[in-house]
Amino acid sequence: MCTNICLTAGITGSGKGAAGWFPVSQANVGYDHPTHAPFEHALLLDFVNPLLGPGARVAVEMNLASGKALLAKLEAAIAEAEASGVAE
Amino acid sequence: MWNSFRTDSHQAMQCEITTYKAGNGDYIHAYVARPGGDGPFPGLVVIHHMPGWDEFYLEFSRRFAQHGYTVIAPDLYCRAGHGTPDDVAAKVRAEGGVPDDQVVADCEAALHWLKSLPTSNGKVGVLGTCSGGRHAMLVAGRVRGFDAVIDFWGGGVVASPEQLTAKRPVPVIDYTKDLTCPVLGIFGNDDQNPPPAQVDQHEAELKKHGKQYEFHRYDGAGHGFFYYHAPAYRQQQAMDAWGKVFAFLDKNLKG
Repeated sequence: MCTNICLTAGITGSGKGAAGWFPVSQANVGYDHPTHAPFEHALLLDFVNPLLGPGARVAVEMNLASGKALLAKLEAAIAEAEASGVAE
Repeated sequence: MWNSFRTDSHQAMQCEITTYKAGNGDYIHAYVARPGGDGPFPGLVVIHHMPGWDEFYLEFSRRFAQHGYTVIAPDLYCRAGHGTPDDVAAKVRAEGGVPDDQVVADCEAALHWLKSLPTSNGKVGVLGTCSGGRHAMLVAGRVRGFDAVIDFWGGGVVASPEQLTAKRPVPVIDYTKDLTCPVLGIFGNDDQNPPPAQVDQHEAELKKHGKQYEFHRYDGAGHGFFYYHAPAYRQQQAMDAWGKVFAFLDKNLKG
């Protein structure tokens, strides 16, 4: 690894990967060299299920500005959901 | 030019993915590219970059084989399982990378594998790009028997105490004093990892210990400027650097 920045969180949900839907149990958030996005470094978001092997992965690569925009909307959506009274 | 072969020269190579007995006695995959003919040929341990044991590294290995080097490129992520290189690399990234001790053991075994070949001329180099550049310096510092090392823009050779982990417990620059072979460094001056200031530190350490080295630092180039599949590619700088690479390897491994 080059930056060695990678944080993980346990999550509960599902993701749709190359082979269809699968249960995801972990989110990995890194900042390192992307595979496809045209940047030297990028935020690397992986939703994975380690029990199902390396291919059980939904991946997104984005720049920092995109990550901040996503984070703001994620927080806003969570706040709205909790305020709605229907949050699980 | 380094890429001007004679049209009447013999051009052949044999390539395959094989397994070899690596660190801890584990059998792991390696891509092997051998020049055609009886040799003798020098060897190269080629260490893949952070994005994994990928298409680029198979092609990279074949280029060296075409120039008369027997190459073994271990899959350092083999123990993490199999899938596409980016999926496997993502798994390793989430696990905090591969341990330095394991990389050293895998590459030391690759060195012995190369030297045991009947076609070997007895000389072996080690090289890698990105994290592989750091690994190449790590391996050359800790393992006796290499005759040349190339660090292609290896990030993290210089590391602060807070950057050290259980898997990377020692800054690679600390092994500079133990180097026993010549060093070639290829860097882009726009690189952020390693930034020019860290390349300066690395060079100062080599000088301090009287090591044989040459660093080539390119303006207008950043990290990974050999990667023709990425925006980082810089044609003029890459072509010049390839010339430096083969001049260095030919001098130290073919002589």
